[in-house]
Amino acid sequence: MLLLVVGILITLIIESLPSIKSLGIGFLWGKVWDPVQNIYGAYPFLIGTLLTSFIALIISIPFSYAISIYLGEYNPKGWLSNLLKNTIELIAAVPSIIYGFWGLFVLVPIIRSFEMKIHVAPYGIGVFTSSLILAVMIIPYAASLGITLIRMVPSPLKEGAYALGATRFEVIRSVIMPYTRSGLFAGVLLSLGRALGETMAVTMLIGNTSAVANTIKDAIFGPGNTMASVIANEFTEADHTVYLSALIELGLVLFFVTVIINLIGKRIITKFTNS
Amino acid sequence: MFLAFVITLPLIIVLLYIIKQGVTQVNWHFLTNVPAPVGETGGGISNALLGSLIIVAMSSIVAIPVGILTGIYLSENPHTRLAYYSGLCVDILQGVPSIVVGIVVYFWIVKPLGTFSAISGSIALAIMMLPIVIRSTEQTLRLLPPSLKEAALSLGVPYHRVILKVIVPCGFAGILSGIMLSIARIIGETAPLLFTAFGNPYLSYAITKPMETLPHLIYTYATSPYDDWHNLAWGASFILLMFVLLLNIFTKLITRKWNIQL
Repeated sequence: MLLLVVGILITLIIESLPSIKSLGIGFLWGKVWDPVQNIYGAYPFLIGTLLTSFIALIISIPFSYAISIYLGEYNPKGWLSNLLKNTIELIAAVPSIIYGFWGLFVLVPIIRSFEMKIHVAPYGIGVFTSSLILAVMIIPYAASLGITLIRMVPSPLKEGAYALGATRFEVIRSVIMPYTRSGLFAGVLLSLGRALGETMAVTMLIGNTSAVANTIKDAIFGPGNTMASVIANEFTEADHTVYLSALIELGLVLFFVTVIINLIGKRIITKFTNS
Repeated sequence: MFLAFVITLPLIIVLLYIIKQGVTQVNWHFLTNVPAPVGETGGGISNALLGSLIIVAMSSIVAIPVGILTGIYLSENPHTRLAYYSGLCVDILQGVPSIVVGIVVYFWIVKPLGTFSAISGSIALAIMMLPIVIRSTEQTLRLLPPSLKEAALSLGVPYHRVILKVIVPCGFAGILSGIMLSIARIIGETAPLLFTAFGNPYLSYAITKPMETLPHLIYTYATSPYDDWHNLAWGASFILLMFVLLLNIFTKLITRKWNIQL
């Protein structure tokens, strides 16, 4: 196992050396990605990845919290809660390619007419569409963790609050939420790690353009590109060393970011479950 | 509470839509023929079905024994330094984006061999599969009561026989459900296959040559501009989705019957 991980790391570093050497650290905030002219800057993809992931997180957090609280506290047993929990787990099982395919043919027209109504360029595909699909894909991760954590809140704490005359809402707000805060945060981190590395659904929906949008509106509703999607699209077409290794360097950055986020999330959870 | 129900909508909508689009495509002809060229009607996805089957089988052969052995080691020696670092690596591996696995396997296998091949695809999938198998094996075995092992040891059974005859059979259902979940996960993976198995419009049995898989077929045909090809992709999505969901539900039933916490 150790060998495998170290091997992955070493391969990525060695193969991205040419671009690290020729492009330097400026690679990360170069704004232009133009393989024809041999100019490589990762800025559009970094922004694209961050934007899609964070919009997806913002959309997903209310849902995953609602599910965790409902299934963890209000309705922990019974057929309805079982059915709901299993459905949510099945959502996580659907392959991302199928979400992408479905999004391309069903979600895109809907978004397009929505964009016409709010007067932005009606691309249909773009950052917002990918974020929506991403949100659906990452909700189960945060939610199933949240359910487990909320069920772990010691009942003396809750009973104490009830005994003091607290309503259910007050118990949730002032006992359960503070107690599980770090754990729920870890769940959000883990789903963020998942959103950052997600490739196929995003590649199919984001529109794949390497230009940097000028306005915020364009950045959210217009087409974009993420690190993973640019690798998926251009890797087999990369025809010279620097181009190829620039793509691999993107992969290296992606590897580090997701690994760090995942490890922090896992650490928090282990701490939470042990204490 | 309202939000909690709203979230099941996407699954239901996606499911119904895929079934509506896909079920009319699936018939015997569809399952046994290779895709037709543009302009001709008909054609099927036999190459992708076979390819997915071969590639997943090969990656299982690689990943399952290694995964189970590692899982047993981790659960038997939880406090050694090696176990700590291996556990850390399993966590890391679980978080690696699938596309990065694709890149790495491209440099490990595709480049030295000089051609895209089914082998490289299955190795990429095996890397994705390993952490799931390891974690589920480890967690199932940890839940076994230590008295079982102690009883066997006190009867004078050698250590390796205890593992083979007591520990593994007791945790078998848990290990099995971990394996099934990991298969359900990797059969839908596309990103690592883009640069490894690559895809192939013809029926191919050669594992050193490019091979088509279901998710890759969906990707290429869904992004193509032809209606005939979209229909093929809908049919393929239907089969893939059904397979994955059934495998998941089946696993759920097993774990409930044997009362396992995963």
